[in-house]
Amino acid sequence: MRFMMFMYPEISEEEWNPSAEDVAEMSRYNEELRKAGMLLSLDGLHPPGEGARVSFDSEGTSTVTDGPFAEAKEVVGGYWLIQARSKEEAVEWASRCPGKGCTVEVRRVFELEDFSQDVQEAVAGA
Amino acid sequence: MSGAATNRAIEAVWRIESARLVAGLARMVRDVGLAEDLAQDALVAALERWPRSGVPDNPGAWLMATAKNRAIDLARRQTTFERKQEELARDVGMRMAMDRSEFDAAVDDEVGDDLLGLIFTCCHPVLPREARVALTLRLLGGLSTPEIARAFLVKESTIAQRLVRAKRTLRDANVPFEVPGGEELAARLPSVLEVIYLVFNEGYAASAGEDWIRPALCEEALRLGRILAALAPDEPEAHGLIALLEIQASRGRARLGPGGEPVLLLEQNRGRWDLLLIGRGLRALERAEALRGPLGPYGLQAAIAACHARAREAEETDWVRIAALYDALAQIAPSPIVELNRAVAVGFAFGPESGLELLDTIAAEPTLREYHLLPSVRGDLLAKLGRGEEAAAEFERAAALTENERERELLLGRAATASAERA
Repeated sequence: MRFMMFMYPEISEEEWNPSAEDVAEMSRYNEELRKAGMLLSLDGLHPPGEGARVSFDSEGTSTVTDGPFAEAKEVVGGYWLIQARSKEEAVEWASRCPGKGCTVEVRRVFELEDFSQDVQEAVAGA
Repeated sequence: MSGAATNRAIEAVWRIESARLVAGLARMVRDVGLAEDLAQDALVAALERWPRSGVPDNPGAWLMATAKNRAIDLARRQTTFERKQEELARDVGMRMAMDRSEFDAAVDDEVGDDLLGLIFTCCHPVLPREARVALTLRLLGGLSTPEIARAFLVKESTIAQRLVRAKRTLRDANVPFEVPGGEELAARLPSVLEVIYLVFNEGYAASAGEDWIRPALCEEALRLGRILAALAPDEPEAHGLIALLEIQASRGRARLGPGGEPVLLLEQNRGRWDLLLIGRGLRALERAEALRGPLGPYGLQAAIAACHARAREAEETDWVRIAALYDALAQIAPSPIVELNRAVAVGFAFGPESGLELLDTIAAEPTLREYHLLPSVRGDLLAKLGRGEEAAAEFERAAALTENERERELLLGRAATASAERA
């Protein structure tokens, strides 16, 4: 199974760029994941203020809002996609992350088999 | 945490730590069987202690320290270990005194070597192939004996016996616990690669709805292959194997139809191929190609798989390159199956006559006499040349040879189509 680990750094956009020291520590962790054969991919993201949001109303009409945004509570700073044998194993890896003042959320990735038969057929027909 | 939740957490820690634990202990005691026993003792201690105390901050270090203490206890009772004892005690004392980051830093360099040593020991050529597979899954995958038995559809007692015998063989043969150096490493690598490839194929052959442990073998093989490539980055074939596995696994979702019937590569819905795994496979192949020397058998198979992976539609397939790669593969790893595939590729690349010509050179091959794919490929090429009657006869011959009911229907259908086209 695959799990996505989202990093929520809980920092302001001004402090977004991590120090060399933090990066070195995180790289060690990433390397450990890689050498354990668990790591599928990972990325760090630019702050949300540099991005944009596309929202859809109930009619499906879209509106684009460019950053920066007023409310920014929980913003994703980056992610890891890992292969693990159980949720507990993914959680154990997440708890080894060298984080300070942040949250790592662990979410299982949908596999085709997790869907009902009609959804699977809809995917197959695509 | 509830008791059940703690047990699941311990199991997760075990899955992550057991291989490193056994590897580190095996380096100390020079016996993988004993190392496994010591590691198991540490696990039992954790199962007793952690539900009350909670999982420690650095569970790997805790397990290692506990196992080493057991080793020292054992050494005290065994005079043969006398001289080792002092050394062990010093080692453990030192490690226990260190905090987490120092511990990690101290063991980091050794851990890689230990793991690689364990991989090479589990896959040692003194062991028969199936023993190598069982021992690798047990000690590197952390799979239990019942899980291995279920995965390979054999009795639990068979696996248990296989494991006991394997560990005894390693002990009796005095197999040193080490990473072979230089030329010996290259010579012993194929037996490691073979084990990982076998585990993958066993999982890949499992059909949907089977016991989850069988398809999980694919993930385990991918994990082992990635570890090997990370620990032996200078070995082109380690990258070649993982490239092949990643690309094959990328087609997992597309290779079966809604009724569970196999879908041939060229007929698969490529939109269902896993782009992430394809990307990983292509990058691994690049690493293999960047290293010295020509590609080995796994690297070449990966390069062939990559040709298919790069084609967005079946019609875009670079058959000329595939034919050339099969040509290279036939030279370093000749087999009738490779020749058969080469004929298919040549047929696509240079026209059906060329394919047929090549096929004629291997038609007399005794190992292919009962192989249904030979007449099936011949039928294919003949049909393309408009020789419908001959094609139909080949398809019928193939249908009579296959043991797969669904395939037989498919072949008989093609025979009917071929003879209809003639009329």
